[in-house]
Amino acid sequence: MTPDDRKYTKSHEWVKVEDDIAVVGITDHAQESLGDITFVELPSVGESVDARSECAVIESVKAASDILTPVAGEITEVNNSLEDSPEMINESAYEDGWIFKLRDFDEDEVEALLDADQYEASLRKDD
Amino acid sequence: MAVIFEKSVPGRHGVSLPDCDVPEGVEIPDTLRRRADAELPELSELDAVRHFTELSRLNFGVDTGFYPLGSCTMKYNPKALEVIAGLEGFSDLHPFLPQLRHGGMLTQGALQVMHELEHALCEIAGMDAFTLHPMAGAHGELTGMMLIAAYHRHKGNRKTEVLIPDEAHGTNPSSAAIAGYDVRPMPTDTRTGMLDVGALESMLSDNTAAIMLTNPNTLGIFNRDIEQVVEIAHRRDALVYYDGANLNAILGKFRPGDVGIDVMHVNVHKTFATPHGGGGPGAGPVGVRENLEPFLPVSRVVKRPDNTYTLDYNRPLSIGYVAPFYGNFSICLRAYAYLMLMGAQGLIEVSENAVLNANYVMNALKDVYELPYDTVCMHEFVLSARRQAEQGVHALDIAKALIDRGFHPPTVYFPLIVKEALMIEPTETESKETLDAFIAAMRAIAEQAGSDPDALRKAPRSTSVSRPDETRAAKTMDFRWDEPFREKGG
Amino acid sequence: MSYVANTAEQQVAMLKACGARSVDDFFSVIPEAARPRSFALPGPKSEMEVIERFRQIASRNYSHLTCFLGGGFYDHYIPAAVAALASRSEFYTAYTPYQPELSQGTLQAIYEYQTDICRLTGMDVANASMYDGGTALCEACQMALHATGRTRIVLDGGINPVYHKMLDSYTANLSIDFAQTDIRTGPADRAALYDALDDRTAAVIVQNPNFFGVADDVSDIVEHCRQRGILTILSVYPTALAFLKTPGEMGVDITVGEGQPLGIPLAFGGPYLGFMATTRKLVRRMPGRLVGRTADREGREAFVLTLQAREQHIRREKSTSNICTNEGLCALRAHIYLSLMGKEGFKRVAELCHAKARYAMDRLKAVSGIEVLDEHPFFNEFVVRLPMDAGEAAGVLVEQGLAPGLPLGRFYPDMTNLLLVAVTEKRTKRDIGMLAESLEAALR
Repeated sequence: MTPDDRKYTKSHEWVKVEDDIAVVGITDHAQESLGDITFVELPSVGESVDARSECAVIESVKAASDILTPVAGEITEVNNSLEDSPEMINESAYEDGWIFKLRDFDEDEVEALLDADQYEASLRKDD
Repeated sequence: MAVIFEKSVPGRHGVSLPDCDVPEGVEIPDTLRRRADAELPELSELDAVRHFTELSRLNFGVDTGFYPLGSCTMKYNPKALEVIAGLEGFSDLHPFLPQLRHGGMLTQGALQVMHELEHALCEIAGMDAFTLHPMAGAHGELTGMMLIAAYHRHKGNRKTEVLIPDEAHGTNPSSAAIAGYDVRPMPTDTRTGMLDVGALESMLSDNTAAIMLTNPNTLGIFNRDIEQVVEIAHRRDALVYYDGANLNAILGKFRPGDVGIDVMHVNVHKTFATPHGGGGPGAGPVGVRENLEPFLPVSRVVKRPDNTYTLDYNRPLSIGYVAPFYGNFSICLRAYAYLMLMGAQGLIEVSENAVLNANYVMNALKDVYELPYDTVCMHEFVLSARRQAEQGVHALDIAKALIDRGFHPPTVYFPLIVKEALMIEPTETESKETLDAFIAAMRAIAEQAGSDPDALRKAPRSTSVSRPDETRAAKTMDFRWDEPFREKGG
Repeated sequence: MSYVANTAEQQVAMLKACGARSVDDFFSVIPEAARPRSFALPGPKSEMEVIERFRQIASRNYSHLTCFLGGGFYDHYIPAAVAALASRSEFYTAYTPYQPELSQGTLQAIYEYQTDICRLTGMDVANASMYDGGTALCEACQMALHATGRTRIVLDGGINPVYHKMLDSYTANLSIDFAQTDIRTGPADRAALYDALDDRTAAVIVQNPNFFGVADDVSDIVEHCRQRGILTILSVYPTALAFLKTPGEMGVDITVGEGQPLGIPLAFGGPYLGFMATTRKLVRRMPGRLVGRTADREGREAFVLTLQAREQHIRREKSTSNICTNEGLCALRAHIYLSLMGKEGFKRVAELCHAKARYAMDRLKAVSGIEVLDEHPFFNEFVVRLPMDAGEAAGVLVEQGLAPGLPLGRFYPDMTNLLLVAVTEKRTKRDIGMLAESLEAALR
C-alpha cells in the first residue's frame, strides 16, 4: 500500500511535509528492487540542495542508487541510525527508514509531485 | 579450511637464508622502528605448500573445466608461453637497465620483443601505432581517453563529453569519467541489438570528444553500421574509441583501423591467451591512428637503421607516463609468443571456431531459453532466463546449478539491458564433446526449472560452500584475520 | 597451431546444426568494404621453434649483471616454492572470483594477503591489488580529492620521480593543482612542505624510505596535516617495513607501495603489484576489489568479493576507480612469499639487506674520490657522489658485469655525479668488494 499522506517522484523518492519540515525517503517498491541495503551515505546537515540533486547514496549488495531530493531546501537533519542499521529502509521504508529532512522548501514544488495514485500508475507503466 | 595464520607455529621456518658475510647489526634509531614485528605466519615449507595446494583445489580454472564466462574469453593458455616468460633473460631483467647505457643496449632482446609485438598488433588491428604500456584493458581505456583529451587540447578543441552505448562494459563510462569527461549513455536499438544510429546523431554535438564502442558489442552482435558511425562522429571531430575486449571474434575478418577507428585497446589476456591469473595481471596495449601517435606515452621503442633498438623519451606532445616502465612486459611477451605459434592463418581459425562454437551452442539452446536478439552471434551470445524466472528459477540459480554439473557458469546479469541475462562465450579451444555436455546440462536445468525448481534454488551442493551471505559480508566488513571489524553483525 | 580441438568433420557437423554452409555465413554481417586490407604476420612456428627463437632473443639481454640497481624495484631472492605454488593452474587459469563457490582458493588467498598487508603496514584494511605502486599512488590521490572535496596535492621532493611523472600524466585533464617541494637527497623538508599547504590542499604525499634511500618518521607531518583537514599518503617499500615504523603507527591515512620486492620477478617492468591500505573511515573510498569473510547458508565460513557497489561494473561512471582486471596472481605470489619467509625470515631478509648496504657504504666511502652524502638513517639504499658522471662510470662497470646503481642525472640534471646504490640479500661480500674495486679503477 502506498501511503496517501505524502508525495512521490518517478525516481521512487517520497516527501512528506510535517509543519515546516519536509521528510524524504524511498518507496517500498524502491527498497524491494534494491534488495538488502547494506549502506547509506547521508548528506551533511546545513547543506543547501537543489531539487533533483543527488543527496544520498544507497548501496545494496548488487546495486548502488543515488537518492535525488524531490524538492530544494536546506538539510536540517539526517537519519543517523541508518549508519548502523541501513536495513531499516528495507523494514520500514515509509517510517523509520526516512533519510533526511529539509527546511526552507517551496510548498508548491511539493504539490507539483505525484500523489500516491499517480505514483502507483507510474509503476504499472514501467512493468 | 583454516586460514594460514591459524596454522602458524612459533619458531618454524619455511625458507633458508645465507649466513651474513658482512658485519651484522641494525643501525636505525629506535624512533624510526616499528614497535613489534609484523605477525607473519611461521610455517615449514611443506606446511605452506600444503596450504596453497589445498587452496588451489578449491578453485576452478580453464585447466579444470569448461569456463564460458561471457566477455572474458576464457580460452586455453598454452604452456609454452610460461616456459618463455620464465627464461632468465627476460624474468631477471631490471627495468632501469636502459638508463645505464646508450638507451637500451643492455636490453636489446626485450626491446626487440616490444617492437615486433607492436608491429604485429598494428597488423592485426589495422592501426598505425601501438603502445604496450597500459597494464589492463581498463587501463588501456583510460590511456585512450587521455590520448583523446591530449589530441583535442592540442587542436584547441573544448569538448567535455563522451557518448557510450548503454550495453557497454562498466569500465567504459568509468574510464571516461576518470579522464575528466561527462558520460552520456546512448540507447541500443531494441529490435536489432545494435547501437541506435538515429540516437547517436541526435546526441552528438560539437561538445562530444569521443564515442566508445565495442564491436561485436556485449550482446555478441556485430554492428554492420560501424563505418557510418565512425563517419558521423568524425564529421563533428569526435574521435571513436574501440574497446577491443571482443577481438577474439574478428581476427583476420575485421580490423578496426580499416574503418577509421581512432583509438583502441587489446586485452592480451583474453585474445592472446595469456593466463587470467585469478583476476590478473593482464595487459591492455593501445593502438592509434597516425595523427594520434605523437601523443602516445613515453617511452617509445624505436628501431635504428643498424637494426638495433632504442627507447625514445624525447616526445614533447606525449601524455607522459601511464606505467612506471614499459607496461606488463612479461604478459606482452607471452602474447607475442602466442602470435608466433599461431601465425595469420592460426588467428583466423581462432575467430572462425570461436564464432562457430558460440553459434552452435546458441542454436542448441534457443528453444528452451529466451534469445532476446535472434540473429547470428559472433564469439558470444546472451540468453535470458525470463521464462525460467516465471517458474521461480533465476539466472543466478541456473548459474549455481551448472556448478553442480561440473561447469563454470556464464556471466550473469550482464549486459544490464537484458533481464536475467546469461552471457555465454565458449571460445575456440573447446571441443564439440564439451559443448554438447554443456548444452545437455543447460537443457536439463531448463527442464528441472519446471519440474523441481526448489532443487535448483538449493544449488550448488557439490562445493565447499554454497551461496555465501553477501549482505552479511558487506555489513560486517571483515577484511582481515584476527582483528576484523566485527562490531556489527557477524 | 591454433589449439582448436574440433576436427574438420566436427566443424562440418556443427555448421549443419546451425543451418550454415560455411563459417563465412557467420561473418557475412561484416560489410565487404570493411574487410581487412591486409593480415600478414610472422609464424606459424612449432612450439619447439618458438621456444628456441625466444631463447635466442632472451640471450641478448644483460640479465646476468650483478645488480645494485634499485630505485623502487629490487633484486630480492624468490624462494622456489613461490613459483611452484603460484603456477598451479587452478590459480592462474581462473579469473576474477565472481562465483565464490568455485573461487574459494583465490578468495581466501586474497583475504590472507589483505591481512599480510595490514600487518606489514599497521593499517586497518587493504585492497586486493592495483596495477603497480605508481597507479596505486594515483588512485590514492583520487581518494583524497574525493574524500576532502579539495583540489590540491602537495608532494614531497623525495618521491620516486617515475611516480611523480605518472601523477602528472594522470591528472593532466583534471582540475588538480600539484605542488612539489624542492628535491634534495635528505629527509622531507618540513618547513617547505608546510609552506606549500593551503586550505585547498587535499593531501600530502611522502615516501619512506624516500627515493634517495633516507628512512624517516613522518608522524609530525601527519599531525600537522591532520589539524588542517589534510590527508597523508605514504608510499612505502614493503621489505623495509620489517624494521621501520609502520604507516599505521605514524597515523597515515592512505598507504601505497610497490609489491615487486615480495617475490615478484623484475621482468623488465611488470607485471608488478600495487598495494594499498587505508583506515576504516576511508574504506568506501578505496578503489579495487575487496574480499570479505562471511558465512554461507549452512553457516560455513566463506569468502566473497564485497563492497562491489563502489566498482565500475555496478557504479559505472560514478565508481571509485575504473580498475577491473588487477594483479591477482602477483598478490598471490606476494602472499606465498610472505608465508614462506614468515615472521623471522622476513625480518632476516631485511637484516641482511641492511647489513650489506651498510658494508657497501663503508667500502665505497673508503674509495678515494667517492663521497657519501650527509649520512641519514637508511635501509638498503644510499646515494654516493662520484668525481665523474655517474652514467659514464656505470657504463664502464657494465663491461665488468656490474650494474653499479642508478645514475641520478637521468632524472635530475643537477645530480649527474650522483649514483643511487641498492643492496639486497642476494649480494655477497665479494660482489660488494668488486663494486668498490671496479669503481675505484674506473675513477682512476
